[in-house]
Amino acid sequence: MLTKGKIDRKDLFWLGLLAVFAAIPVTPWFNHSSFAQHVLIQVFLYSSMAQAWNILGGYCGQVSFGHSVFFGIGAYGAGMAVVKFGLIPWPGILAGAVIAAVVAVAISYPCFKLKGHYFAIATFAIVEIFNRLFMVWYWVGGAIGLDYGFTQPGWKNFVWYQSKVGYFYGVLLLFMLVFGIVRWIERHRFGFYLRAVREGQETAESLGVNSTRVKLSAMALSAFLAALCGAFFAQYNYRVDPPMVMSLDMSMKFVLITILGGLGTFYGPLLGAALLIPLQEYTRAYLGGIGGGVDLIIFGLLIVIVVVYQPKGIMGILDRILNGIRRSRSGEGGK
Amino acid sequence: MATFLQVAFDGLLNGLLYALVAAGLSLIWGVMDVINFAHGEFLMIAMYLSYWLGFIWKIDPLISSIAGGAFVFIVGALTYRLVISRTIGKSAMSALLATFGLSMLLKNICLNRFSPNFRLLQDTLLGGKTLDLAGIIIPVPQLVIGIFALALLFVIYRLVNKTRLGWAIQATAMDKEAAELMGINTENIYLLVFGLGGACVGIAGGLLPSYLAVHPEVGALFSLIAFICVAMGGFGSIPGALLASLLIGLVEAFAGFYIAPVFKYVAVFGLYLAVVMVRPRGLFGW
Repeated sequence: MLTKGKIDRKDLFWLGLLAVFAAIPVTPWFNHSSFAQHVLIQVFLYSSMAQAWNILGGYCGQVSFGHSVFFGIGAYGAGMAVVKFGLIPWPGILAGAVIAAVVAVAISYPCFKLKGHYFAIATFAIVEIFNRLFMVWYWVGGAIGLDYGFTQPGWKNFVWYQSKVGYFYGVLLLFMLVFGIVRWIERHRFGFYLRAVREGQETAESLGVNSTRVKLSAMALSAFLAALCGAFFAQYNYRVDPPMVMSLDMSMKFVLITILGGLGTFYGPLLGAALLIPLQEYTRAYLGGIGGGVDLIIFGLLIVIVVVYQPKGIMGILDRILNGIRRSRSGEGGK
Repeated sequence: MATFLQVAFDGLLNGLLYALVAAGLSLIWGVMDVINFAHGEFLMIAMYLSYWLGFIWKIDPLISSIAGGAFVFIVGALTYRLVISRTIGKSAMSALLATFGLSMLLKNICLNRFSPNFRLLQDTLLGGKTLDLAGIIIPVPQLVIGIFALALLFVIYRLVNKTRLGWAIQATAMDKEAAELMGINTENIYLLVFGLGGACVGIAGGLLPSYLAVHPEVGALFSLIAFICVAMGGFGSIPGALLASLLIGLVEAFAGFYIAPVFKYVAVFGLYLAVVMVRPRGLFGW
């Protein structure tokens, strides 16, 4: 099971996919429309966020609705470094991610003893508390938030104004990092621990898995990666304020994209974001004026349908189709 | 001292409003172990219904509340049939996520149809009236809602504990399969409980537009507060939910008045965390 260092067909597919993604900016379609660039960047950002959440929620089975807190701390890390201290964002990004991981462990250590809905509601409560505290914490900008001034564009400051290609490669690096870590986890001992805790905490413990430590490490890693996504979000929007990053709606995006794509699967977060983000951006762009909220009506309906009829998400549908093809092929081969 | 009493009264009245909103949620949670995330949106629907009845036909919210209760009963029953009944037996989170989708759907349909404007009914029977009780000012609409809340909680409590239907509901909550073997149609019980939970919040929503403005986001905060009331009170315990609602109302009022308005929800949510850290299944939980 533990195939370390070997490259199999799945890896080849994955590396090929990355190569295709990396080549997107040379296509004329990409250069033609900055809106398409924006949508693509959002797809990669949100799939990274969902994948970060998937480590804890999908592989480890601990459904947290509090990830916007860590996302927000990451965004504030970058924002504070640039706006308050006048530095380049990189030390702030790193500091924000480390603080997010520490905060995550400190919060979840007591919360993990809560079960089911009590845990879910506790994570809602934590988001609301952080949101309101950041609103009145004037050192970090309060309700007004932090607005980026003009800095020299480029990788050093991680801002670009004229072209989005820099952001595209930035988010692709983030995407590769998050998905790469999950790919590694999937086949490493830690991944088996995660799934063991998800399937049955008591059973896992009886086999010698320290479930508290596993859950806390998954939480720390998940929060660290979510914070990196938050930092990118701040750099991309040139500003950060509490409702933008630390809200229940943002938290739900982490969860819903993963659920839509397929909980606890490697490609699920990418598929969920690839369906949802273009839907959201294009309906907003085309229907924005006449029909406020149409994108969210469709989104809401989609969530209800997926949860009720296809709890395994898009991955579940794909699996069924692929199995069907495979079966009909082998059936023909038998004739 | 008068200020202290005034703040305490305001807090208690708000707490009773929360209890009225939380009652239906508590019933559903207790019987089906389902969190209805669209609970606040059910409230919003009833508020819109009551607002439009009052605006077009000049019907007072006191009467519209009956229509609100009936309408949301149907909405609740439909929600159960179309969504919830298909998530029973799957992961505990699936009902929550499905109803979250439903809440987005309802909220944005109202946003799309009725615009995000705040709407308040003018010239209602109770609107704007106050009682002066030895220097303490009590607004009449809130007082009436408080009385409604106590009456409704009493009725639900009696219904669940003292009637044959209530025993069937309790049996279903304790052990679904055993209840089925005893000849209880659990499917109908679930449908009824979801409808009743909706009716409670529908009555609350019907009463509200005489002093609280209707807008598509009005349900969001009520949902969260209702979750916290119910969870803090303990798994499906109606007295627990009442006690927790009153506590939350008081904490909200005192923190808002004596510390700063922005801290009132920090205090409320902090209280929830503090309570469940000590009692992980709520005050009256078992």
